[in-house]
Amino acid sequence: MKLTLRVWRQKNAGADGAMSTYQVDDISPDMSFLEMLDVLNEQLILAGEDPVAFDHDCREGICGACSLVINGDAHGPERTTTCQLHMRSFQDGDTIDIEPWRAAAFPVVKDLVVDRSAFDRIIQAGGYITAPTGSAPEAHATPVPKPDADFAFEHAECIGCGACVAACPNGAAMLFTSAKVNHLGVLPQGAPERETRVLDMVAQMDEEGFGGCTLAGECATACPKGIPLVSITSMNKEWLRATRKAAKR
Amino acid sequence: MTSYAAYTTGEPVADTKAPAGPINERWDKRRFEAKLVNPANRRKQTVIVVGTGLAGGSAGATLAEQGYRVVQFCYQDSPRRAHSIAAQGGINAAKNYRNDGDSVHRLFYDTVKGGDFRSRESNVHRLAQISVEIIDQCVAQGVPFAREYGGLLDTRSFGGVQVSRTFYARGQTGQQLLLGAYQALSRQVAAGNIELHPRTEMLDLIVVDGRARGIVARDLITGKIDTYFADAVVLASGGYGNVFYLSTNAMNSNATAVWRAHRRGAYFANPCFTQIHPTCIPRTGDHQSKLTLMSESLRNDGRIWVPRAKGDTRPPNEIPEDERDYYLERIYPSFGNLVPRDIASRAAKNVCDEGRGVGPGGQGVYLDFADAIKRMGRKAVEAKYGNLFDMYQRITDEDPYQVPMRIYPAVHYTMGGLWVDYDLQTTVPGLFAIGEANFSDHGANRLGASALMQGLADGYFVLPATINDYLARHPRQEPVTDDHPVVQEVLAETEDRLNLLLSVDGDRTPDSFHRELGELMWELCGMARTEAGLRKALERIPQIREEFWRRIKVPGAGEEFNQSLEKANRIVDYLELAELMCLDALHRAESCGGHFREESQTPDGEAARKDDEFGYAAAWEFTGTGEAPVLHKEDLVFEYVHPTQRSYA
Amino acid sequence: MARTVWDSTVGKKTVMAVSGLIMLLYLVAHMIGNLKIFFGPGEFNHYAHWLRTVGEPFMHYEWTLWLIRVVLVAAVVAHAVCAYQLSRRDIKARPNKYVHKRPRASYATRTMRWGGIILGLFIVWHLLDLTTGTVHSGGFQPGHPYQNVVDTFSTWYGDVIYIVAMLALGLHIRHGFWSAAQTLGVGSRARDRALKTVADVLALLLTAGFIAVPVGVMTGVVS
Repeated sequence: MKLTLRVWRQKNAGADGAMSTYQVDDISPDMSFLEMLDVLNEQLILAGEDPVAFDHDCREGICGACSLVINGDAHGPERTTTCQLHMRSFQDGDTIDIEPWRAAAFPVVKDLVVDRSAFDRIIQAGGYITAPTGSAPEAHATPVPKPDADFAFEHAECIGCGACVAACPNGAAMLFTSAKVNHLGVLPQGAPERETRVLDMVAQMDEEGFGGCTLAGECATACPKGIPLVSITSMNKEWLRATRKAAKR
Repeated sequence: MTSYAAYTTGEPVADTKAPAGPINERWDKRRFEAKLVNPANRRKQTVIVVGTGLAGGSAGATLAEQGYRVVQFCYQDSPRRAHSIAAQGGINAAKNYRNDGDSVHRLFYDTVKGGDFRSRESNVHRLAQISVEIIDQCVAQGVPFAREYGGLLDTRSFGGVQVSRTFYARGQTGQQLLLGAYQALSRQVAAGNIELHPRTEMLDLIVVDGRARGIVARDLITGKIDTYFADAVVLASGGYGNVFYLSTNAMNSNATAVWRAHRRGAYFANPCFTQIHPTCIPRTGDHQSKLTLMSESLRNDGRIWVPRAKGDTRPPNEIPEDERDYYLERIYPSFGNLVPRDIASRAAKNVCDEGRGVGPGGQGVYLDFADAIKRMGRKAVEAKYGNLFDMYQRITDEDPYQVPMRIYPAVHYTMGGLWVDYDLQTTVPGLFAIGEANFSDHGANRLGASALMQGLADGYFVLPATINDYLARHPRQEPVTDDHPVVQEVLAETEDRLNLLLSVDGDRTPDSFHRELGELMWELCGMARTEAGLRKALERIPQIREEFWRRIKVPGAGEEFNQSLEKANRIVDYLELAELMCLDALHRAESCGGHFREESQTPDGEAARKDDEFGYAAAWEFTGTGEAPVLHKEDLVFEYVHPTQRSYA
Repeated sequence: MARTVWDSTVGKKTVMAVSGLIMLLYLVAHMIGNLKIFFGPGEFNHYAHWLRTVGEPFMHYEWTLWLIRVVLVAAVVAHAVCAYQLSRRDIKARPNKYVHKRPRASYATRTMRWGGIILGLFIVWHLLDLTTGTVHSGGFQPGHPYQNVVDTFSTWYGDVIYIVAMLALGLHIRHGFWSAAQTLGVGSRARDRALKTVADVLALLLTAGFIAVPVGVMTGVVS
């Protein structure tokens, strides 16, 4: 395959960026999208140019590092991560636009690399269960109904890639935040911190400069792990419940 | 022959920390004997933790909970992305919830036997003891393990064992356990007990007056090289499988932290013990950048086969039953498809070498679910393995519900690592190594679902107990600052190295060298090794190294975000570590676990151990790049599990 | 609690959901009242007069009406202020657009903001036209709403403004109702279909019900 790539190039956080055009040849349809970028980078290095910076690590769709907007879609045309997107999803001769995640809360570090530490701070605000090492009771002491365990798992699958934010017209982090709130909120172990967790995490989310939710649904469509939009609804419910309870105290 | 192979043998090395006495009392005894640090004094002591995977994440969180000041590093943009996240299958624990005859002793026994009698009994027994606490801890943190309808935890069986002791969270157990540790870590970051440095890579170790006192690290965004000081340093930086270029490791997983520590005096043990995982997706071409593992749990229900005849190119569904060779079931009737990883991998290699492999280049075997689908129904198979099947389909564009999967072995895990004693302390006082970075528990072969167990055991329970002893014995160490001559020297060396990489301006990319080294290692120090091959590798590696320093091209500058520089610098260390791996493989003229020397096999092609000659862990001491290292042997004593030829037939 | 709600994006969305639902309830009543126009001036004018006497003798003349007006104004203001603040925040949260554009989300979702502005302007015109009579075409007659309505819809621009606004209303309600349900946490996977259907039906009925009046005037059914 022969492809024309238009890639966002930006020297560093402070610099202005622009799209640059490159050609790549001999692309196999079995290559992953990132392997195609590897080919481009090898070319660039040998030509004495600066290779394109992009985040990637596990390349098996689980670490959440890769983060490209491909032809306007976070992670490209398939519902998966960029690293698991293969070139067979494209046609010979295509022009492909590659851009970084765009959100005020995710400033560009270089080229296609963005700073997603805002997500870490949302988790730090309350996305955990306080269970210091050694304090745990026997695992079978509290049975968890299977539907609850499955519900928790479904939300715990979030890989924190930020595609939801990138796809959201408002740059909102509701899907990310709700996934963790729901994962921990439904478990009996998470119950004692259920109210403070959702209030603190939502407050931190706002603090980070993410936008508000207009339920456009783009986040859930872009999510490579299929976290459903209704996850946000559940979080809203949790938030209202927590706000009411906090008012009573 | 290079002078490198002319290693010398030094004083034996011994673990002096494991107490004597009945094995099941040793851990309690050690914890009681270890000195404690007064809670009020812990705030005054700083511990550096490098890495935020299962071992590092859990250790950082736990040390901070105890009250130490923790400074933690990861090269990823977030601690949540450490490669532990990719572990699929599960985590072992001797809970015996199934009442199927499991016990701490059986897990201990299985692990020592699975490791082909090259691990330390005391460590393994402790691991088995702690395994039950890990599950409790993770459940309390909200890890959503698979559960049965009654609300209790589900378990499954895994390769190399006959009990069902593996706890799992669909095919994403590593992810869920890591997020548990990450969340515990995050809580401590928020509480101000951990100073976290993401996108910061350790480039060297600072040893002052014989004790580990800090590290040199590079901020990957600004490129700035900085020093960080502490009372103890913990390396939880993972394994070195990426020496092979193609492996199931994350692209940026690297050996720099452990290798630099080795160069500063930490012995490196059993570097040749690498695990080749039998169920990976075969490579499709030269562009391949990494290999993807399919969880070993697939072997529970999938049947592995190749055509009976050589060069049979018919589509798998057209090959009749009697023309198929279910070779694992044939050779190992009692374990069948569930034999340990090393055995399954080698068997796959053998049938492919015979010319019976399938798929492009004949580098693959079938993993067939047709019978499972018939027996359990497609729905049940989907519930159990759905995400793995999807992943396979995404990568290969083949539907495993219709056509058997194709699998082939790939480098997955490294049992070798920094030599540590029972306290997980390396030979550099104050330097600890945990998780895959150390060599401690898996011997020559790791059983499935045991890496997660070991990482969390080390991080949550072992290190936080043993590091106290060291810190209590060294309560008020002289503060180290940048002006210290040793620090100046280490800093200068690091800067020189990076500047040199930037200044060569040759004509080859870092990846081209990495690929060349990887291919060499896979061919000569991979699934089967020979003396001639290893000698050839030992000859080639210095040549590649020399060429590297002549022809490497790293664009850009040092004081900026520069992924090529990061990569090139890691390759510098691979090029040295690979040499040690080959030397270790050459010197160990026996076959054991993942290390198969063709010269040492039984008449029917199984690995033949030589316990009398090689019943030790080989701990290597660094003497200089390309200089012959010194071998220190740690004799392995087996009081409880007596070495036998492993039999899974 | 008020502070928590007002300071949070989720809280502001809740305010929007509640105020939106209040307005929606009002619109349903308003539409039903409007339809009385098809039964002649007597019934329509009588209904309009009744609106001022609801609650008597407990309430004084027009008290109930004013109470409703106050609640409505509060709802409109709260809805608009939250919408304004959230929109500003949203725009700030996505300062750089993607170079590669593609249509996103459904038509209703994307038109919430413009739809809201159209509806806000419409309300102003609507009040000046038929409540105060300030911009009414032809002599506005207080107490004779039937004639006033006929007058308005006898002009082309009156019909255009009204019909465009009602179409915007339909789209606004379609996404708004479902969205409010999500914000208030009553949505779920099982209920999603039902909620979407209710939203569609409400949007359709209200649009059709309101548009029936100008259409009636235009076709001469109402004159």
